[in-house]
Amino acid sequence: MTSLKKLLLGEQGLVVIFAVAFAIVALTVPNFLTERNMLGLLQSVVTIGIVACTMMFCLASRDFDLSVGSTVAFSGMVAVMASNASGSILIGLIAALICGGGVGLVNGVVIARFRINALITTLATMQIVRGLALIASDGRAVGINDPGFYQLALSKFLGIPTPIWVMIAFFIVFGFILNRTVFGKNTLAIGGNPEASRLAGVNVSNMRVWIFALQGLVCAVAGVLLASRITSGQPNAATGLELSVISACVLGGVSLAGGRAAMTGVIVGVLIMGIAENVMNLLNIQAFYQYVVRGLILLLAVLLDNLRSAAAGRRT
Amino acid sequence: MQDFLDFKAISKGYPGVQALADVSFSVKKGAVHGLMGENGAGKSTLIRVLSGDQSADTGEIRIDGHLQHYRSVRDAFEAGVIVIHQELQLVPELTVAENLWLGRFPGKAGVIDRTRLVGVVKEKLADIGIDIDPTVKVAALSIGERQMVEIAKAVMADARVIALDEPTSSLSSRESEILFTLIDRLRAQGKVILYVSHRLDEIFRLCDSLTVLRDGKLAAHHPEIAKVTRDQIIAEMVGREISNIWGFRPRERGAIRLEVKDLSGRKLRTPISFNVRQGEILGFFGLIGAGRSEMARLVYGADSRAQGTVTVDGATVTPDSPPQSIRSGIVLCPEDRKFDGIVQGRNIEENMAISSRRHFSPFGLLQPKKEAELAERFIAKLRVRTPSRKQDIINLSGGNQQKVILGRWLSEQGVKVLIIDEPTRGIDVGAKSEIYEILYELAGQGMAIIVISSELPEVMGITDRIMVMCEGRVAADIERADFDERRILAAALPDVSNASELPNQQVQSR
Repeated sequence: MTSLKKLLLGEQGLVVIFAVAFAIVALTVPNFLTERNMLGLLQSVVTIGIVACTMMFCLASRDFDLSVGSTVAFSGMVAVMASNASGSILIGLIAALICGGGVGLVNGVVIARFRINALITTLATMQIVRGLALIASDGRAVGINDPGFYQLALSKFLGIPTPIWVMIAFFIVFGFILNRTVFGKNTLAIGGNPEASRLAGVNVSNMRVWIFALQGLVCAVAGVLLASRITSGQPNAATGLELSVISACVLGGVSLAGGRAAMTGVIVGVLIMGIAENVMNLLNIQAFYQYVVRGLILLLAVLLDNLRSAAAGRRT
Repeated sequence: MQDFLDFKAISKGYPGVQALADVSFSVKKGAVHGLMGENGAGKSTLIRVLSGDQSADTGEIRIDGHLQHYRSVRDAFEAGVIVIHQELQLVPELTVAENLWLGRFPGKAGVIDRTRLVGVVKEKLADIGIDIDPTVKVAALSIGERQMVEIAKAVMADARVIALDEPTSSLSSRESEILFTLIDRLRAQGKVILYVSHRLDEIFRLCDSLTVLRDGKLAAHHPEIAKVTRDQIIAEMVGREISNIWGFRPRERGAIRLEVKDLSGRKLRTPISFNVRQGEILGFFGLIGAGRSEMARLVYGADSRAQGTVTVDGATVTPDSPPQSIRSGIVLCPEDRKFDGIVQGRNIEENMAISSRRHFSPFGLLQPKKEAELAERFIAKLRVRTPSRKQDIINLSGGNQQKVILGRWLSEQGVKVLIIDEPTRGIDVGAKSEIYEILYELAGQGMAIIVISSELPEVMGITDRIMVMCEGRVAADIERADFDERRILAAALPDVSNASELPNQQVQSR
């Protein structure tokens, strides 16, 4: 009993639970462990997975970003419209990155320099940016003119679609940034104790601006891939994404109180979200139930996290 | 009159420090009793025990002859004991009357009886002579008025014992006078008032009797205050043997390293100027709230400054932020280690390397080997007691945490000025001497060191020179050769210098 407890509540507890759950699902759900289904599953979590990379930094530094869903839709929109207008996919991509990064920069400056609460600030930009997407497209989907744009999502490398490769690359890059760079360490330090970090010489407000700007840029990448996959810029795309992404991070053991984050945890969190949805689809469970199940998983994960913190005696 | 409030052999220890040891005294009904002592003498702990916030390890409290068994603030409240803290406990957005009724609003079925709500309060306020409109929101009141409301709240709850913890610290002298009149009236109504203050003139103006605490022990109990003198009280507060844990070593003092000119900010309004020489340890002494930490934070650029300049080795640096300050060679070990010093949830290595890693992390890429070396080097050098450098800093003792923070700065390059605020607060004696040794060594290498401390023996024991601060101003600047406990303490206590004209006979007679 004690060793089981240790295993579940230890550092790798989530990974263990994930592995067990995966094995059970693979054995009991028909058609789950097929190449086609696996790729479909991964495809379905690309947006969440990519955005979760930077959301992890945001949460780890005790911040919050609700504007990611809107930013994804807006930058996807911008990418499509700019490439349609200019006839160049590259210009579309650059325009999307500029817009996404711009939104993030505004978030960061307002939050860090003007000291406005992150929740309120991003709640505001979430609506503003969604509004901009709707205004730009007049509320309608904008189709992609250049078939080359589809290739971003459709092309494959070694049999695996490009967006999945992009997601994997992001996991690796941001995992590296978190664990092996001063930027990552400072992010965790700010989350652990912002005032102590500031007095220790960390430029806290610059760091926060950078984290939000990065979040915006990453949203733009996710937005472009999403637009390519749904073959159009949709002003209503990615609604509710912010909640899924934050759920995935929290599932992965990122502390909302800041100071604690791990890339592996976030990856597992993202996959759990994906698997839950995938399995319910395979079992033909009505979509309405999926909300309930997702919520329950999140609650369970948070409870588990709480137990783990108590076990580690970190609550002081 | 018989004794009403009795403390009997109260002891209370915290890890590493005996806050109260065998303290006994009693207070008569209808008396205002003063409680004095230096910072850390045990006044706050005693008040905490009285208020039920903390329970004593041993000893008993009796009220009106009845032994009290309370375990919480709630229990103490029920027993009629109310403590009024420096931070007031009122809800600003509610009216005065609502605050006084909070928790037990009059009315039926959850509907508040507004007539009674205001009526009863009006009566009570008139009764104790407080002239405040009960329908006004607390947010609209001055600090002094809020204090009145707080006291009215205690009266309203039928408190028999009211403890006031430095009530005048943020009051103007006119507001204080109104407060004193109110206290006189409460005394006439037979309440017991426990009055904690650093201000001798207030003690003489208000109190009937007085207890002086020192190092957690009862230093003196005076049942009649008219029979004591000011000097006697100061001597009782100070009078301790100086043991030789300081190990002070005289050093050569060189050229001026740090020069601070006319520095002021939002929390330190009076401009301050001073300098520290190479190899000098300058002490800043004062009561809590005298402005010492505010001064340190201004020099370090942690708070924004209104005016003034900071010069290091002749070059004007005047830092606007900690990173700038660190680059100019000024570092700070903050007063509140837990909230401003350590980064919780991170290990020793990360806490040490947080600033200095920028020197050896090309393009922001971490060099785990170099960080490990650095951590091991300073763990050994500073003798940090820990099973490993990967230990979460929160698990270390206070002394070891302080050493890690010192290590953070010793691993920096070109540190010229070290400001260390309350270097040994909450640290046991053994670790204390080790920290002093480190400071001597650094000073010996030519560093200019500023030590801020509320412990007089510590400042006197380890510094070359002491600047005494009082109410945001420098009250005295004393060389080691002229160190004198009474002189330093007298400079640190507000109003004492001109209070000597106040005759003791002015003490209230009933």
